[in-house]
Amino acid sequence: MSSLSHYVLRRVGLALPTLFGVTLVIFLMVRLIPGDPARIIAGVQASDEEVTRIRRELGVDRPIAVQYARFLSRLLQGDLGLSAVTRAPVLEEIGLRLRPTGLLAFSSTVVATAVGLAAGVVSATRQYSILDYLVMTVALCGVSIPVFWLGIMLMLVFSVYLHWLPAGGYGGAAHFVLPTLTLAAFSIAIIARMTRSSLLETFNQDYVRTARAKGVRRPAVILRHALKNALIPIITVVGLQFGALLGGAILTETTFAWPGMGRLLVNAITARDYPVIQGVVLTFAVVFTVVNLAVDLLYAYVDPRIHYG
Amino acid sequence: MAEPLPPRRAGVLRRLGRHRTATAGAAILAAFVAATVLAPLVLPHDPNEADFDRVLQRPSAAHPLGTDQLGRDLLTRVVYGARVSFLIGILAVALSAAIGVPVGVISGYQGGRVDIAVQRVVDLMLAFPGFLLALTLISVLGVGVTNVIASVGLATAPTYIRLVRGVALSIASQVYIEAARAVGVPEARIIRRHVLPNCLPPVIVQSTLQLGAAILTAAGLGFLGLGVRPPTPEWGTMLGEGQTYLFSSWYIATFPGVAIFLTVMAFNLLGDGLRDALDPRMKLG
Repeated sequence: MSSLSHYVLRRVGLALPTLFGVTLVIFLMVRLIPGDPARIIAGVQASDEEVTRIRRELGVDRPIAVQYARFLSRLLQGDLGLSAVTRAPVLEEIGLRLRPTGLLAFSSTVVATAVGLAAGVVSATRQYSILDYLVMTVALCGVSIPVFWLGIMLMLVFSVYLHWLPAGGYGGAAHFVLPTLTLAAFSIAIIARMTRSSLLETFNQDYVRTARAKGVRRPAVILRHALKNALIPIITVVGLQFGALLGGAILTETTFAWPGMGRLLVNAITARDYPVIQGVVLTFAVVFTVVNLAVDLLYAYVDPRIHYG
Repeated sequence: MAEPLPPRRAGVLRRLGRHRTATAGAAILAAFVAATVLAPLVLPHDPNEADFDRVLQRPSAAHPLGTDQLGRDLLTRVVYGARVSFLIGILAVALSAAIGVPVGVISGYQGGRVDIAVQRVVDLMLAFPGFLLALTLISVLGVGVTNVIASVGLATAPTYIRLVRGVALSIASQVYIEAARAVGVPEARIIRRHVLPNCLPPVIVQSTLQLGAAILTAAGLGFLGLGVRPPTPEWGTMLGEGQTYLFSSWYIATFPGVAIFLTVMAFNLLGDGLRDALDPRMKLG
């Protein structure tokens, strides 16, 4: 077996116990809240019969390990329980919101990567120029700005005053502009900073100097020699940004009344709808773990120099 | 009279003083601290007293930042809000350092099974992306100042554990540690004299940057209505309430956001400056 496929297996093997642990944390979550777990899961408006039914389902009189085994076996069958508010299956509630959140996260990742890379390249190739300072100042603002405030300010300018774009809601392409920009801002800043420093480092490498010396034109040197080698740390940062992006999505969705997972989670927390909270947190954690795994594997694929023993 | 600083530390302060952006960050923070201390003397209004005759007033001489939906002076609330946000930030960071430093030192220095167990727990916590972990904790603990501090503090503890473990791990393999062990220096003393002091510079830098991040996270919880209970003036909560009035009164949501933005940027500037000052070798470009 090649060392790469060995590495893939080992890395997947490491992700599985993490996912297993995530289910344990989510199982214990409800049981850490003082009070009767059946009452907490059923919700405040539930009838006594409902609570009794859930108590039987949970088997709260059984040992906690048995309860967890039940929770896990239901989970594997796609049964996340019923929402305490709507009484609809949690899986159905999540299914309705996956697409809006997925599209928002995807469009923001694309924008963040494209703009961040371009800004970083511009900054690095014109180090210490006014343009470089400008990009780095904007990037500093990008990492310091509260995502929800940025969203509100964009809304104020482009919706309230200019009437160019809708102030919220989900629909056509126009609805995507402000939420995507809002959510991408932080990642643009981080990717631009990383691209700049990573590129500046490769500029000092022998192969870049050689390429320049033998007369390769500047854009070709930057794109084919420097940027290609600077990509590895950039890929890592893009992957890491995905986590920040999921967190930011919760705030962005609330700002723009976006019918996604983040808003579902916030509403569920406000209503103390624990089955939904458990389901959404689980989905976020699984998606994040899988994306991290994919980034690690991509990393191994892109960088043939590294041996994964 | 104050004793002169030892040469190394004096060098750090001098380098920090020469760092222009770090000085700017420190100045912004000093201005906020001064404003909150002087607030009761200078500002004539009570941050929580409603005045229904002065609801939603535009910025004016009497109310430089305007008034909110309950007729409260926004400047007063933004200034008092700094107290709440700084308090939450400092205590949350103190909590995560109090957990992260000892656990990280033991994990990195001891190694073996303890290290593996700690790293598994850290992996597990990091499977919940940043803000989500704080949000999940709040959903279990419930809202309020104390729970916000606990959630934000616990959610950032893994970062400290990772950071300190890395430093402790590299120190533990140094020759002088081996020498200290060989001559029979007790482990506790090695940790106190050699491992902890080496962990200090990265922890200081991390804590400064983390203060901004903690304030940002707490404000995010407040914005969602899951932070500090009203009427306590907290920037995120004020912003969330202000969004309702965005179409008629832009100022309510705008100014608390400016305050968060400036504070977080100030901590970022100071943190970057501290990193350069504490470790001149790390200075890039």
